[in-house]
Amino acid sequence: MSDTKKTTIVLFSGDYDKAMAAYIIANGAAAYDHEVTIFHTFWGLNALRKDEDIIVEKSFIEKMFGKMMPKGADKMGLSKMNFAGMGPKMIKDVIKKHNALELPQLIEMAQEQDVKLVACTMTMDLLGLKEEELLDNIEYAGVAAYLADAEVGNVNLFI
Amino acid sequence: MNIDKVLNAKGLACPMPIVKTKKAIDGLQSGQILQVLTTDKGAKSDLTAWAASTGHEILDTQEENGVLTFYIKKGEK
Repeated sequence: MSDTKKTTIVLFSGDYDKAMAAYIIANGAAAYDHEVTIFHTFWGLNALRKDEDIIVEKSFIEKMFGKMMPKGADKMGLSKMNFAGMGPKMIKDVIKKHNALELPQLIEMAQEQDVKLVACTMTMDLLGLKEEELLDNIEYAGVAAYLADAEVGNVNLFI
Repeated sequence: MNIDKVLNAKGLACPMPIVKTKKAIDGLQSGQILQVLTTDKGAKSDLTAWAASTGHEILDTQEENGVLTFYIKKGEK
């Protein structure tokens, strides 16, 4: 095979279903022997949050943001038919029934497949998210690092 | 046909069949043959496209009672 191909995905959305699509494509691309990067920005950062309470020093507004945003992939809502949290419950039942993977498992599998998970540091600052609150073994970067991957990429998505 | 490894991916949904197939084929030498069993309806297009892109050869496919069987020969690296 020739040079390794690259897939880069920007995950902007904090919706469970959209993140699922992003991670399914990422896992598929990794199976295609692509080098895969998912660049998490804005609400997409919530997919990388740990589901536990982590004590970090924050301003009042940052604390409010932290409370209002979902703590981790499993707590994210649906882009359609969320029904105040009933939607995600239903979709998780359907996922199990069809032997598909839930979002936290998809993220785990992506890490196993060496998909590079990147958190955008600028939006982390805006939303008041600290490194301690995000998953281990991820990278921190900005727009230039993303562009460096994307400009030589073969597949590039914004979700 | 000499089968070197069998992968049972029955019941698994996208993207698992392709991820598991990739893992299984990574463990083989080029020229060896992997048999993949799956019930995912998208697998026919998926595995065919994947093999073409990653340099492996699909020797044969069979379909019986909703189970798709693929015979994939690992390509040269």
